[in-house]
Amino acid sequence: MAAHTQPGRPNQLFRNLNSKVASIPMILTAVVIFLGGTIWTVTYSFTNSRLLPRLSFVGLDQYERLWDTPRWVVSIQNLATYGCLSLIFSLTIGFILAALMDQKIRFENTFRTIFLYPFALSFIVTGLVWQWILNPEFGVQSVVRSLGWTSFTFDPLYNSDIVIYGILLAALWQGTGLVMCLMLAGLRGIDEDIWKAARVDGIPMWKTYLFIIIPMMRPVFITTLVLITSGIVRVYDLVVAQTSGGPGISSDVPAKYVYDYMFFAQNLGQGFAASSMMLLTVAIIIVPWAYLEFGGRKRRG
Amino acid sequence: MANTFTITADPSGTRLQPGPQGARPRKVLSPRNIIVYGTLTVAALYYLVPLYVMVVTSLKGMPEIRLGNIFSPPMEITFEPWVKAWAQACTGLNCDGLSRGFWNSVQITVPSVLLSIAIASVNGYALANWRFKGSEIFFTILIVGAFIPYQVMIYPIVIVLREIGLYGTLYGLILVHSIFGMPIQTLLFRNYFVSLPEELFKAARIDGAGFWQIYFRIMLPMSLPIFVVSMILQTTGIWNDFLFGVVFTRPDTYPMTVQLNNIVNSVQGVKEYNVNMAATLLTGAVPLIVYFVSGRLFVRGIAAGAVKG
Repeated sequence: MAAHTQPGRPNQLFRNLNSKVASIPMILTAVVIFLGGTIWTVTYSFTNSRLLPRLSFVGLDQYERLWDTPRWVVSIQNLATYGCLSLIFSLTIGFILAALMDQKIRFENTFRTIFLYPFALSFIVTGLVWQWILNPEFGVQSVVRSLGWTSFTFDPLYNSDIVIYGILLAALWQGTGLVMCLMLAGLRGIDEDIWKAARVDGIPMWKTYLFIIIPMMRPVFITTLVLITSGIVRVYDLVVAQTSGGPGISSDVPAKYVYDYMFFAQNLGQGFAASSMMLLTVAIIIVPWAYLEFGGRKRRG
Repeated sequence: MANTFTITADPSGTRLQPGPQGARPRKVLSPRNIIVYGTLTVAALYYLVPLYVMVVTSLKGMPEIRLGNIFSPPMEITFEPWVKAWAQACTGLNCDGLSRGFWNSVQITVPSVLLSIAIASVNGYALANWRFKGSEIFFTILIVGAFIPYQVMIYPIVIVLREIGLYGTLYGLILVHSIFGMPIQTLLFRNYFVSLPEELFKAARIDGAGFWQIYFRIMLPMSLPIFVVSMILQTTGIWNDFLFGVVFTRPDTYPMTVQLNNIVNSVQGVKEYNVNMAATLLTGAVPLIVYFVSGRLFVRGIAAGAVKG
């Protein structure tokens, strides 16, 4: 090793050889699977592959067909509704819970344990539990009805207009604990003197949060935003478990569309085009963030 | 100051009540406390109710479920649904219950966790201490890759696995889990190794230790906590996976989550809600136990994995 570090030795390849050998799995994963796989899928999304991938290019045909398919449009609408509401609610609820937890309360650990345990559960378990709770025959609806309010209707999973809110309810149950934890970590990172200064100036607490603390927590918010968003685009298991995309296709999401077209409908081209659209969605969100994050790092270091 | 004064002024050693000091004690039932604890308790109920409903439903018999409401505690506790879910529930033609899925999941999770941690820790170590030309570029691709939807990469992986003859086997799935666990795990280990004092590494280099010697003799013993954190994350993550399980295995090697979904969402037969809930609890039991036992380490893990560093 030491001999190679001397200047004038041109043999760059063998320098640090052990490290390079040890990194082969990482290099293969990064280059072959992540980069190669992505390029492969995007390339084949311009072909008319059906049962097997074939390299006969048809331009943007698959994408035109995709956007003409009502099922895809429904799944994109669902994703948009679910995504926006999920972002708003999980950030708001997560922040409020974190702010309450930050009031030097007792039983903090107990509360944290309770808020975070759903995050340890899988989306399948989450979906199935909420399917049971929202079951109109036995669940919340029947319980409220048996209390005397006989016209009460709450059957999100059987009503195609509101089914996506039923899924949202379950998703928030599973995920807000994580947001709360991240926000709490952010709040704990804020200097105690800021609070003292605000108190000395007589600024009410809600104003301090809104105009001082939240702007200071911008990095935490951005990281959380990126995390939640990439999770939202991927949402699949939850829908499969809770509604299987039903009633009809009303709770379909892009990830399910891709899976069904690739592995059931034997229409690979459509699956590739749809997954490339998912990639594009993520890219629109991730690229600006990565630019800020990595650009910032370079300046710092 | 006041404190030291009262103590020194009391030579007998018995502590008298010191004068008023520190913040004024808060009233227990101040409006502020009512709002804080009230909101937190209501929120806690929202999070706890599903778990309660699962447990309660799984302990009831079907006649009681049809009559009563889902929130009422069981009048007559029965463990039959649990037995049935574990040993008799049907998926397709197989009627040997969730136990098969459980053992499949064990066979998938244990090697996947070990393999992915082994790879990721070496990656992190190389990235932190043995940087080479291009290592940061590969790392960046890896991290960006963590955000690419899995659906984009699934089909190429199916082809690769088919070519090397691992498609549909547990080994194939183990490989896939190790690949997709790599970005976050590598990040976790890299950040940890970077935070260790560099002098240790340098001293070992001067003493003539090489790449693997430093890794096994110095880095490994020093990084037990991060190994535990990473093990917790990977165990829950891999156990909870559904997508890879359904894509990369065949019905007889389905992991527990896939089998659970097939049992509960099967269209034929009478729905046995108590068995379904028992099965759901059984599937959730492993990550829940990991979560409750690990406590703060779990929180540390997700915070470290999520907020970089």
